[in-house]
Amino acid sequence: MQQSRAMEVSTGLFVLLGFAALLFLATQITNRDVGANGKSYEVTARYENIGGLKVGAPVSMAGVTIGRVDGIAFDQKVYKAVVKMRIKDEFNKIPDDSDASIMTSGLLGGQYVGISAGGSETFLKAGSQIQFVQDALVLENLINRLVASFASKKDSDAPAEEKK
Amino acid sequence: MSLARELLNSTTQVIAKMGAVMLFLGRILGQVPASLARPGLIVAQIHNAGALSLVIIMTCGLFVGMVLGLQGYDLLQRFGSESALGTGTALALLRELGPVVTALLFAGRAGTALASEIGLMRATDQLVAMEMMAVDSVRRVVAPRFLGGLIAMPLLTMIFVAIAIFGVQLVGVQQLGVDRGTFWSQMQGSVKMSDVTEGWIKGCVFGAACTLVAVYEGYTAAPTAEGVGQATTRTVVISAVLTLALDYILTALLL
Repeated sequence: MQQSRAMEVSTGLFVLLGFAALLFLATQITNRDVGANGKSYEVTARYENIGGLKVGAPVSMAGVTIGRVDGIAFDQKVYKAVVKMRIKDEFNKIPDDSDASIMTSGLLGGQYVGISAGGSETFLKAGSQIQFVQDALVLENLINRLVASFASKKDSDAPAEEKK
Repeated sequence: MSLARELLNSTTQVIAKMGAVMLFLGRILGQVPASLARPGLIVAQIHNAGALSLVIIMTCGLFVGMVLGLQGYDLLQRFGSESALGTGTALALLRELGPVVTALLFAGRAGTALASEIGLMRATDQLVAMEMMAVDSVRRVVAPRFLGGLIAMPLLTMIFVAIAIFGVQLVGVQQLGVDRGTFWSQMQGSVKMSDVTEGWIKGCVFGAACTLVAVYEGYTAAPTAEGVGQATTRTVVISAVLTLALDYILTALLL
């Protein structure tokens, strides 16, 4: 009897430990939603190009995450991407002329929306649209521009060499 | 000519064995409701398969995590992205390494114990004795062991992964100096609940496969000392191959 009691206790402990590990993995390792543990409001912004921005990407101000990208849609009328952002209610003093640019964190990091504050006296509220945006930097465009600038430099250099 | 015949023979044997295992699974599943009526037997088997495997699972988990921490750091710092250490290792552990390594350890620790126990029952005519007393040996011996393994395996997987992530953290953050905040937040940013579920599902499937192989091999072992030994060996070999093959199928399905 004594032995079976010890066995039951150790089995119970094992099962508890297993579920504790599951709970740890489910809560500590996975991402938690901004909207889940507090109120939030939604603002939108329109971009020519959002690059690799994904739903769930952080929205940050001065490097601090204040919200998440909630949805990405495509507006066929103006051919622009519509990015819906959910910002925590406690951050309710963001000037409505703030600039929302899509940036990349690190070389391999994901993309996020960085908001830099404007100077307006009125603040963003639920449903408002951010007017000033900056598109994602597309590497190919950057390289094209770089190559073009090199090429034009070469052209202007060539006659100069002839003169010599 | 004889080579072709031999090949045909062994192929038929493999197919016949697969069929026999499936029929045996059917027999076990048929006895599951009856054996659920005696939860004490199942608890004892969870104890055997799970609680007694805990030490080896936790030790191996810690070492696997620490190795991943070292290797991952060395690889990632070449690209200047040590901050991705948490993400990479957590995903690798949850999706692949956790379930697979746990299953291999489980086959070695619990599978062999099951096969040799049941095999010895067969060799010492205990199973026949039960039949003589009109006790269904599948219901009394096999089904509780199968259920015990099925319940214990996913729990062991989760414990393995949690300990391994602790091991990664130990090496990566404490020893090699990856920033603690980045480590956890990058991990939380990119690991989804579906990754945890994937690990859980794999744990359940591998648990069922390994336990089924073990009880089948034990139950059908030749009733000699040599037969029990062979059954134990086959359990480990078949479980390992089956785990890795199933892993490919499951990954393809779940991705």
